Amino acid sequence: MPTEILMPALSPTMEEGTLAKWLVKEGDNVAPGDVIAEIETDKATMEVEAVDEGTVGKLLVPAGTDNVKVNEPIAILLEDGEDAGSINGAVSAPPPAQAEAPAAETPAPEAPAAVAPAALEIAQDPDVPAGTEFTELTVREALRDAMAEEMRRDETVFLMGEEVAYYQGAYKVSQGLLDEFGDRRVIDTPITEHGFAGVGVGAAFGGLRPIVEFMTFNFAMQAIDQIINSAAKTRYMSGGQMGCPIVFRGPNAAAARVAAQHSQDYSSWYAHVPGLKVIAPWTAADAKGLLKAAIRDPNPVVFLEHELLYGKRFDVPKLDDYVLPIGRARVVKEGADVTLVSHSRGMEYVMEAVAALEGVGIGAEAIDLRTLRPLDTGTVINSVRKTNRCVTVEEGWPVCGIGAELSATLMSEAFDDLDAPVLRVSAKDVPLPYAANLEKMALPQVADIIAAAKAVCYKE
Amino acid sequence: MATAPKAASRRRAAAPAPKEELLKYYRDMLLIRRFEERAGQLYGQGLIGGFCHLYIGQEAVIVGIEAALEDGDQVITGYRDHGHMLAMGMSADGVMAELTGREGGYSKGKGGSMHMFSTEKNFFGGHGIVGAQVPIGTGLALANKYKGTDRVSFTFFGDGASNQGQVFEAMNMAALWKLPVIYVIENNQYAMGTSVTRATAETHLYRRGAAFNIPGEEVDGMDVLAVKAAAEKAIAHARAGKGPIVLEMKTYRYRGHSMSDPAKYRTREEVPDAREHHDPIEHVKKMLLDAKFANEDELKAIDKEIRAEVTEAAEFAQSSPEPAPEELYTDVLAEA
Repeated sequence: MPTEILMPALSPTMEEGTLAKWLVKEGDNVAPGDVIAEIETDKATMEVEAVDEGTVGKLLVPAGTDNVKVNEPIAILLEDGEDAGSINGAVSAPPPAQAEAPAAETPAPEAPAAVAPAALEIAQDPDVPAGTEFTELTVREALRDAMAEEMRRDETVFLMGEEVAYYQGAYKVSQGLLDEFGDRRVIDTPITEHGFAGVGVGAAFGGLRPIVEFMTFNFAMQAIDQIINSAAKTRYMSGGQMGCPIVFRGPNAAAARVAAQHSQDYSSWYAHVPGLKVIAPWTAADAKGLLKAAIRDPNPVVFLEHELLYGKRFDVPKLDDYVLPIGRARVVKEGADVTLVSHSRGMEYVMEAVAALEGVGIGAEAIDLRTLRPLDTGTVINSVRKTNRCVTVEEGWPVCGIGAELSATLMSEAFDDLDAPVLRVSAKDVPLPYAANLEKMALPQVADIIAAAKAVCYKE
Repeated sequence: MATAPKAASRRRAAAPAPKEELLKYYRDMLLIRRFEERAGQLYGQGLIGGFCHLYIGQEAVIVGIEAALEDGDQVITGYRDHGHMLAMGMSADGVMAELTGREGGYSKGKGGSMHMFSTEKNFFGGHGIVGAQVPIGTGLALANKYKGTDRVSFTFFGDGASNQGQVFEAMNMAALWKLPVIYVIENNQYAMGTSVTRATAETHLYRRGAAFNIPGEEVDGMDVLAVKAAAEKAIAHARAGKGPIVLEMKTYRYRGHSMSDPAKYRTREEVPDAREHHDPIEHVKKMLLDAKFANEDELKAIDKEIRAEVTEAAEFAQSSPEPAPEELYTDVLAEA
């Protein structure tokens, strides 16, 4: 049967073009790969190659014709033994229908809600049995214990990063792990964040459960392509075939007097990305329970720690296997007048503000988000339904931050419950300065939180 | 294998290969060629969207390597990946249907030309960011070593990617930890429109690992037997625990970088010259005919079979439905 050669689309945006030149004439034999014509698109002049073998039966569009639509027949190719007489039927045949058919077959979903993601069922924190003993641990020790317990439990879990093994961790988080697990499972890497993040992703694709430590998340900017493009997106792009169970962890946000390049808070950067889970704990108990959960999770998890919390002591339940649910905020203190929401070190400021506000007769409810993706908006909304007021607190910059996200959520989900606009307390919109006085000014202050809480309560 | 990088002579005389082996290479390379030609055609009809990077001209590289590897050895590459998938035994139907963005595609239509995977066939993608697959392939090798298997990771990248920083970072770790990874540089001489000589200070890419004492070899990537012989040596090296090795495959792509590239950065004579004098399929065809392993008619019959397979794949790729709207929200996260 004669085959129609159609005007090809030669770029993602091309709709029509000029048939500049024929390089074959009627009666010529062509083989796949032979250049048969030149076509000018909106971007360039392209050569068109034959796909099938045969004889050029008829050139339907003369050279030099402008505005030839994509998929319009431009020539007829005859197979062995066919003559030009068999062309007639083919020329009048309707244009191929396949190009428009697929789009028409699938009706658009009736409402976006019909295909909205199912709400995640997230468990509550497990009950700590009555009579459980608590030990006081630093956040540093809690993180180390979490890793050690998971490495004992699962042979595929290993730790890699700069100075994690022989140096015992740049911040001593991995202290003792080399002695217990050896250098097969506690691996010192060269200072090549981009490379070792990618090696970690590959190991996860290969069936292991890597914990990749960044000396700080500021250095993970070198590696963010691997975290987002490779770790977060590959499951989706593979139609669910490829899993990437990996934890990227390390200190995030401001430390003390290390200036802008070592002080950024990446909470909102990672919380923005579908395909990741993002955790930023405050207490040692949450650090332990959530890091254990992160290591067991089949997805890539970004685990944001805080250098200034590593040495803080908190009570941690003495349980064999203390694992907390990812995606669940915690109401740290109940109150009736205003909801204060934060995470990580922001909770230190919040708890100071709660005490101060109590002194002036404002009962503040304090919520620790703990997980930033998926964000437990339900707990925040429920609280605001009670208090009708909300102040968000974070060490990140204000623009497109966690507070901005919470404000938008409250506006759309709890508009009628709000008695005042949501206020945000954040780092100032500048790179973090080195000078002690300026650094202090740039970070959120307890006084800022108190002022914001009073403002939303319409109190002096 | 010498530890110092050393160039092999180009187009060395390949050892004679048995009939069945040559016929298999002929068939495998022809399948890729015909598949790609058809993909180009479907792109022209608007049935394939976005970017579409064809492998035409480079077929001997993956077919020669596939002939050397064993079950469980892994392959990972960049965005010019259709040939690798077909050679690894992934179905033409599933690959073509992914190109058209349909439910029957390997990624259910969510990945497209540059992002396909088959864990069953040990094909780990299909990666769109130039060079990103190199640390990932190195990580696959780390997992192999960690688990105590003797499997090898074939990590493919182009001459363009060979300039990326993360390639060197990965090579350093692979050499340091003696990981079983074989870096296959497909040097098709153009990084999009920039020739190797305009992009790379050291154009002998088999020396890319020299700073880390990684041995390298230059291979005629248009000769499937040379590719297979080099791959076998490299596999023996990697399996023996000697660490990574670089194979520079000198090859050539006939088409533009992608479907929308008119390839004006090279001379008009360059492509026909490669086709006429170095075509990897013609090379095997000649060996088959010279050795009287097959006659023209028999080879034509193979071509016909392959055309039928590709036509069927193209039909499947057009009849498979678009993904259901519900698929928009699936596969983002695994259930914990």
